[in-house]
Amino acid sequence: MKKKVYKKKGTRSKSTVGFVLILAIIAFTSFVMINGLQVGIYEILPVKDNVNYGLDLTGGVYVVLEAKEAKGDPVTDEKINRAIAIIQERIDGLGVSEPIIARQGENRIRVSIPDMQDQKEALDVIGKTAQLEFVGPDGEVVLTGERVKESNAVYQTDETGARSAVVTLKFNEAGTEAFAEATAKYINQVIEIKLDGEVISAPQVQTKITGGEAVITGMANIEEAGNLATLIQAGALPVELEPVEVRTIGPTLGQDSLEKSIIGGAIGISLVFAFMLFYYRVPGFIADLALIVYVLLNFLVYSLIGVTITLPGVAGIILSIGMAVDANVIIFERIKEELRIGKSLGAAIDSGFKEAFSSIFDGNVTVVIAGLVLFALGSGTVKGFAVTLLIGTAISMFTALTVTRHLLKMFVNMQIVKNTKFYGA
Amino acid sequence: MKKKFNIIGKRKFFFIFSTILMIICIGSLLINGLNYGIDFKGGTIIQIEMHQTFKTDEIREITDTFDESADITYAGEEQTQLMINTQESLNEEQIESLFSKFQEKYDLKGKDLLSSEKVSATIGDEFKTQSILASVIAVLLILVYITFRFEFLFGFSAVLALAHDLIAVLGAYSIFGVEVNSPFIAAMLTILGFSVNDTIVIFDRIRENRRKYKKSQLFELTNDSVNQTMGRSINTTLCVLLAIISLYLMGVQSIQDFILPLIIGFISGSYSTIFIASSFWYVAQEKRQAAKA
Repeated sequence: MKKKVYKKKGTRSKSTVGFVLILAIIAFTSFVMINGLQVGIYEILPVKDNVNYGLDLTGGVYVVLEAKEAKGDPVTDEKINRAIAIIQERIDGLGVSEPIIARQGENRIRVSIPDMQDQKEALDVIGKTAQLEFVGPDGEVVLTGERVKESNAVYQTDETGARSAVVTLKFNEAGTEAFAEATAKYINQVIEIKLDGEVISAPQVQTKITGGEAVITGMANIEEAGNLATLIQAGALPVELEPVEVRTIGPTLGQDSLEKSIIGGAIGISLVFAFMLFYYRVPGFIADLALIVYVLLNFLVYSLIGVTITLPGVAGIILSIGMAVDANVIIFERIKEELRIGKSLGAAIDSGFKEAFSSIFDGNVTVVIAGLVLFALGSGTVKGFAVTLLIGTAISMFTALTVTRHLLKMFVNMQIVKNTKFYGA
Repeated sequence: MKKKFNIIGKRKFFFIFSTILMIICIGSLLINGLNYGIDFKGGTIIQIEMHQTFKTDEIREITDTFDESADITYAGEEQTQLMINTQESLNEEQIESLFSKFQEKYDLKGKDLLSSEKVSATIGDEFKTQSILASVIAVLLILVYITFRFEFLFGFSAVLALAHDLIAVLGAYSIFGVEVNSPFIAAMLTILGFSVNDTIVIFDRIRENRRKYKKSQLFELTNDSVNQTMGRSINTTLCVLLAIISLYLMGVQSIQDFILPLIIGFISGSYSTIFIASSFWYVAQEKRQAAKA
């Protein structure tokens, strides 16, 4: 009566084929995810090139700006959203890759710019109110940045042949008119060009200008001129923003941290694999396979939904592999018990999975509760960690309950290892 | 037959041990408090690669012109990195001029400014409030869930074991004065999720075994359930510790900030699951049965 169920004709060869096939799929997928693959014009990138890395790994500048409430001028949603759009335009002017600009809470804006090292330059570009004013000698504001249609940084050669960087301005219709009026009024006098109240250029009016163009000189170099042109083009921020959190991470530090974490993680995971193999033998071997599937699925999801991997995120991934073992351990311990009370191998495996389900499910729900709270209330890196935790929990349940189960049954059906001692009895 | 441990029978010993542990932890928290880092307190941290060992006196000559109370510490594998930690936030100009003084004196390149962080104090306060709020909400939700799936007494016992683990981690941080930053909060909430996960496996077994035991066999029921699930609890914790301790030993600061509380929390979690949670449930359940009878 022992193992009656598994003596069905054909099951053995069918299981062997299935098992070998799955092994091949796992091996192939692992290979593709590590090395990438190119078939004709289609190319699959290695997974390490396909995920986003956080600032703590790539290096860059991270800034949180807080909108300051002015008297009688409250901070509104509309203003914050407009400020975000302006900051976006300004950063685009810098030509950096993939900046993230997002609202945080009521009155804050979070900006992260990868590959940027100069904190001061970053703040100059994103935090400046950039209210441009043309002020006459009598203190009258004749024109503001709102009337500027276009602004560019160019090189200009003066009469002596010296080349210098300048910012050119083109006004809109109303601006052209106002500028012509002002230059007529203040001929042979100075019109100051002020940025946020600070004089950046003070040219003397030679003649009435009707063409609607002006030039700001006195730039140290073309970069400075470029930044100013971008600021003016994007327009003034509707609120004053104050940096409340500024972090700069150099590129070497992040790279070094990532390499070390990968080595540490690899050693840790190998130890876990070895432990499972030696302690649980056949089921342990199957669990190791399921864990590989777990890791592959995790990275697949990361690259599909574009999870940003940060250092705590890496720790979270390693941790989740350790935890993914848990469901397997619960099941195998249960199988052992069932074998001990005299059940056949097949029956023990079946009831092992069946009886273990409720505790795996309830246990994982509590982890999900903690993860959701983290996601809802945490910010930045904490949120990123919560996402990896939630994805990991969902996938680990799937791999333990289906992948481990099917592989284990197939392996048993192959009848290579029949002695229940190797299954924990 | 497997060896059976009389865990519930020796519960007094573990209760006393844990009570003393909790008193020490809470005592230290009340007396020493926690050593809050930049994320909570605000301030500036600047990390510079010096390419050589250095004396803090030389460093002070420069930093004193900015903030005399700045902390100077060593970092990096060969202790060639410098960390400057100020309580008052320096602004961008100050950070730039501070680094340029180092550049001049030690002939450094721009990329040797490994990182600089500046956080204002108000952000830190908000972060603290939010973290506490998050923990409280998570605990309540978990309590509700267990009450719904099991019964209130199980939920209460699990939360008690959970509090034990969180206090143990906080206490260890307070006693050894380890700096608390934002990864610590993520770690605490992770412990919060997994500590209950651990406990639930035993409670699930008690729930299942209840059918097989008589009411009068409460002691056997509880003790057998603990014994049946103990192997799993130890092995899972062992696997998790193998994975994260390897990562810890690689010495990446921000990962260590996250992993150290986890290591303490998982050890405490495994202990409280086996020795505290079900013992407490047993005592309370026995009282309840006696009251009903």
